[in-house]
Amino acid sequence: MPARRGRLIFWLAVGWIVVVGSAAIAADWLPLASPSDMDLLARRAGPSADHWLGADALGRDILSRLVFGARISLTVGLVAPLLGLVIGGTLGMLAGYFRGLFETLVVGGIDVLLAFPPLVLALAITTYLGQSVLNITITLGVLSIPALTRVARAATLTFAEREFVTAARALGASHGRILMRELLPNIALPLIAFFLLAVAVIIVVEGALSFLGLGVPPPAPSWGGMIAEGRDSLDTAPSIAFLPASTMFLTVLAFNMVGDRLRALTDPRPGAS
Amino acid sequence: MLGFAGRRLLYLVPVLIAVTLLTFLIAALLPGDLAIALLADEATPEKVAALRHEMGFDEPLAWQYLHWLGSALAGDFGRSFRTGEMVLSAILQRLPVTLELMLFAQLIALAIGVPLGILCAVRNGGAFDRLMTAIAFGKLSLPAYMLAIVLIYVFSVRLKLLPATGYVPLNEDIVGNLRSFVLPAVTLGFGEWPVLMRVLRSDMIATLQEDYIAMARAKGLRPWRILLVHALKPSSLTLVTVTGIGIGRLIGGAVLVETIFALPGIGRLLIGAINARDFAIMQGVVLFVATGFVLVNFVVDVLYGVLDPRIRHGRS
Repeated sequence: MPARRGRLIFWLAVGWIVVVGSAAIAADWLPLASPSDMDLLARRAGPSADHWLGADALGRDILSRLVFGARISLTVGLVAPLLGLVIGGTLGMLAGYFRGLFETLVVGGIDVLLAFPPLVLALAITTYLGQSVLNITITLGVLSIPALTRVARAATLTFAEREFVTAARALGASHGRILMRELLPNIALPLIAFFLLAVAVIIVVEGALSFLGLGVPPPAPSWGGMIAEGRDSLDTAPSIAFLPASTMFLTVLAFNMVGDRLRALTDPRPGAS
Repeated sequence: MLGFAGRRLLYLVPVLIAVTLLTFLIAALLPGDLAIALLADEATPEKVAALRHEMGFDEPLAWQYLHWLGSALAGDFGRSFRTGEMVLSAILQRLPVTLELMLFAQLIALAIGVPLGILCAVRNGGAFDRLMTAIAFGKLSLPAYMLAIVLIYVFSVRLKLLPATGYVPLNEDIVGNLRSFVLPAVTLGFGEWPVLMRVLRSDMIATLQEDYIAMARAKGLRPWRILLVHALKPSSLTLVTVTGIGIGRLIGGAVLVETIFALPGIGRLLIGAINARDFAIMQGVVLFVATGFVLVNFVVDVLYGVLDPRIRHGRS
């Protein structure tokens, strides 16, 4: 019975991600009010026919802001770790395969990057580069490189000693061929599992930046920013803060679940799931 | 033993240099001219050139870096362009608040995580264990700022028990001081306890299967005594390490929590400096925090080596 329940929750998580993702992509075509339209008569209003989830302190439709905010969170949340996956995955795989000086350099470089508390570094960089979706994505992408490099390297180290790699080498396969045909398919699954966990973390960090007002610049709605704005109305209309908070929580939880389920599939240790 | 610490120390120096270099570069590679930004309306070509010369911007980058590093080592982190106070004194003034916050947060995390970890290890696989695992997992998805909002709503708005913002210095009023730290410390500590619980749980499950535990049980020792005296210490290795690493996470989390709850700590100093484009303070804080982080990790590493001789003598 627990196994059946676990599967249901897993697919619910996947379903939620699909719903949020589709809404974000199709935002322009959905019958939503504009996210920046201020309906001053409906300030802090509860759910109504005009505003399905109510309106915020400036009369803007919450549902529409949630959907458009999803765009930012998901864009940054998916592209930034993707950057980390491509760069970090490559670096990690090469480091784990070739070892030697290259590996020492890569590991040392990672340690330097990890020497900074991540949020502080993200704040510093976005301040100097300026706030925009591109800059934030790049910054968070760079921040996710160390973790993904480590996973890739660890996975590569496990597989590089195995017989099929030795066999391929004996057959005269080039390094490139071994990397692409033998190692990459094997480390892909743990990497993707970790990638999904990284997505969850990045969504949270982007939310933190927006919450502090240092994320994507103000007119654009973002979940973190909505939570921060809702803080002022906690005593009169708490849902202004709680609706974006719940949405973000569910989305992050969904990514965590899917990522963790995939990770458990690849981890042979008992009790790891 | 000294060889191990010595080796880690040799590794520490390049990392510290790289950290300072990175901090410096982030500022130095600023797009746009700081001198122009500072002079604003009064910016004429001559004044800009003069200011750049005065601030040393026209010197080669490497020289600037060494100059900056030299001053920093001497304690001179520069001066805030806004308030005119020395950066280092600004940092040191606010440091105690952040440290108090981090201490309370870590204590709360341990107070929640350790007992739960022990309970889960003892009832391994049971309903309680599974529930705790699920909660810990869900907690991963609840970031500090969300929890803060919930806590503020429940305890400040609804129950009116605790202050939502504001800080009372220790020497003024101890109770007020503690009250102003409750919500922030709980918010911050809540982010840490799942990790501590999970780590202690895994280690303790392994320890409880050891022979000497069975021996202790056979001797007829009471369960609590076995748990706390015989089983806890060997299982706390990873816990100690994770606690040390958690300090780094706490620093980042402190930035958020201090801003939300208006505590005058380093985190809030950083955010204020960022908003006001006060680069001297920003650089100073980042350098300070990063260096502290590296040093803490170094101490944790050495401590780990002290506690577990296998680490000290290298991998087998």
